[in-house]
Amino acid sequence: MKKVLLSGNEAIARGVYEAGVRFAAAYPGTPSTEIMEQFAKYDGIYAEWAPNEKVAVEVAIGAALGGARALAVMKHVGVNVAADPIFTVSYTGIEGALVIISADDPSMHSSQNEQDNRNYAKFAKIPMLEPADPQEAKEFIKLAFQISEQFDTPVFLRTTTRVSHSKSVVALEDSHLPENKTKLAHHAAKYVMVPINARMRRVEVEKRERALRRFVETFAENKMEINDPEVGIITAGMPYNYAKDVFPDYSYLKLGMVYPLPVKMIKQFAGKVKKIYVIEELDPYLEEQIRAMGIEVTGKEIFPYTNEFDPGIIKHAILGDLRGSVSPYKETLALRPPNLCPGCPHRGLFYALKKSKAYVHGDIGCYTLSYLKPLEGLHSCICMGASIGMAHGMSKALKEKGKGKVVGVIGDSTFLHSGITGLLNMAYNNSDALIIILDNSTTAMTGMQEHPGTGFTLMGKEAKKVNLPVLVSSLGIENIRVIDPNNLKETQIAIKDELASSGPSVIIAQRPCALFKRANMKPVPPLKIDPDKCEGCKACLGLNCPPIAWKEGVTREGSKRKGLAVIDETICNGCGLCAQVCKFNAIA
Amino acid sequence: MKDNKVKSILFAGVGGQGILRASDIMCQTMMEAGFDVKKSEVHGMAQRGGCVTSHVRYGARVYSPLAASGTIDILISFEKMEALRYLKFLSHDASIILNTEEINPPAVNMGELPYPADIINFLKNHYAKVIAFNAAEIAQQAGSIKAANVVLLGALSNLTGIDRAIWENVIKKSFPQKLIKLNLEAFQKGIAA
Repeated sequence: MKKVLLSGNEAIARGVYEAGVRFAAAYPGTPSTEIMEQFAKYDGIYAEWAPNEKVAVEVAIGAALGGARALAVMKHVGVNVAADPIFTVSYTGIEGALVIISADDPSMHSSQNEQDNRNYAKFAKIPMLEPADPQEAKEFIKLAFQISEQFDTPVFLRTTTRVSHSKSVVALEDSHLPENKTKLAHHAAKYVMVPINARMRRVEVEKRERALRRFVETFAENKMEINDPEVGIITAGMPYNYAKDVFPDYSYLKLGMVYPLPVKMIKQFAGKVKKIYVIEELDPYLEEQIRAMGIEVTGKEIFPYTNEFDPGIIKHAILGDLRGSVSPYKETLALRPPNLCPGCPHRGLFYALKKSKAYVHGDIGCYTLSYLKPLEGLHSCICMGASIGMAHGMSKALKEKGKGKVVGVIGDSTFLHSGITGLLNMAYNNSDALIIILDNSTTAMTGMQEHPGTGFTLMGKEAKKVNLPVLVSSLGIENIRVIDPNNLKETQIAIKDELASSGPSVIIAQRPCALFKRANMKPVPPLKIDPDKCEGCKACLGLNCPPIAWKEGVTREGSKRKGLAVIDETICNGCGLCAQVCKFNAIA
Repeated sequence: MKDNKVKSILFAGVGGQGILRASDIMCQTMMEAGFDVKKSEVHGMAQRGGCVTSHVRYGARVYSPLAASGTIDILISFEKMEALRYLKFLSHDASIILNTEEINPPAVNMGELPYPADIINFLKNHYAKVIAFNAAEIAQQAGSIKAANVVLLGALSNLTGIDRAIWENVIKKSFPQKLIKLNLEAFQKGIAA
């Protein structure tokens, strides 16, 4: 058996392929994105980027109702978007198989919240598996499809960032294609969820729940390890590894399925050990259910509710007041917040927008980084697509006080994800807000994924490319302007004019992402700062462009400057924005 | 190090320095040397200019891809001041490999905070083994500043006791044909640094 190093996401893609699953839909989102990118590389499969998670799940449901084994993949907050179909496909069941992957992000490495999606399993009455490492991720995704077929149910597979993005040794197996069972099968009473049918299916869900509760008692991936009988740990997923790292000799009940829970097995484990700790990141999800079984456990009174764990956190919680190593370095270190790339088209837009002094509702994407100093370009950011509705709502509520002062900014991929309906509403209910669509021709934040506005599919085929100005116009927006955000003057004038105009306006700021290879932008030589002309005013540093640095103490006769700005030519891509802000013509 | 003890390496630096590629090469080397290995990294917000770290752990059986604070055996810092950010993760007898290249964070550029002075002496006062050199300059001698990550791996290979042939074999597999010679030379220069 060949062994290779794989990330959790690569291992899941491999597992899906090995299981003979050939159909998947997703919307990109960290930490889930690589699952689809890897899966799309295998031969003989069909994989697509849907415009959002709800559509992805609906596409997968359609395939599964046609007898296919289908996968839908998303990050944790994507499940919120897709929750509507998910809660009802739990009632209908499917003809083929349906697995939904939720990639959670404890510690919010790349997310706006750290919701614990195990709650969705209980809430929607859908079984959920949770692997602890890449090898298990590959095995569990196969089991998820088996369970889906056996019990006529959608199944969740939950990962966390540390499972998705850690790498370890994985044994590869061959792909086994099962018999193709796709067909048109009409079972209207099962799939038309009008009340009379839904009430029937509701009863079937409870039957399935009972069957799954029996099944889970013998499920081989719920594993009991009896070592030291003094201390027993009940855990699941990555925290198992953290606990084993520091307490290899305790007894363990490691749950591979976190919904439903094996009640008998948990009670049996409780009978074999004296003191029980429940170790889980985020919510006391296992803890509350285990307490409800009448078992006394120690959990969130010593373990944190917030952020991901590591072995040290678990050790310190259990052994009491034992501190980790303390840094001998006591001075304040300058942070390195993530930054927009050199040549990023968002930089010019936000530099111009800041000068307008408007209240800017932000959205999810690279441009959210413009919130940070010195650009300070955003004043709110809630979730995908929210900027437009929020700008409209604020504009309506503030009336004259908000006139000319309320802006929403949204990326092209995010606009197509869930901004269209917001803009339709804005045209329909007519507010004065200005919406700026930051069209960089890709889904940049998650690493250059295709979407309906790029002209290509996930599998690399040419596709219909949505025409943004035409789309915006057809929603009922009359003031539409297309600009190049790297032209500062044009950008400033457009923002000023559209803020002043009444009724809803849309500016489409078009320039490809600086890292986007297909855009085929002509290479421009890096810029230089003339040390004889630089007056040390730091205007260029206000752009926070990575190549521009400050050299303190380089003075010049006849100038009051205290230092000078320099450009690192190895990373400057010559976008020319800094030359536009320099009042002394020192940059060329 | 006893054979069954898990060894923990922390790679740290600034986005764009080839940190994740370097930790991938190390993991592959440890796997081919017969160890169990796990590594952890965070994608997404780790854009150019942000802090990037990667934990690599190897041994007979590794559970956690993250090391507890106070247990890192070797810190390999791709930027000088970044070493200071992660000292709480280090065990008291940790070794430090330090690229002395300086990359200013925005707050230093804006004059709000100083770039820390005298970092090498500070580290030498607190840790037994500090190997400091400018990996970017050495990589430039080998042919490209981009090979600084492989120069640092050369220095790391001095501390791991793994057969050099395994390292070199993995490096050969990790780069396109035209970059192999350059990276092997960078690796050798790192061993000698």
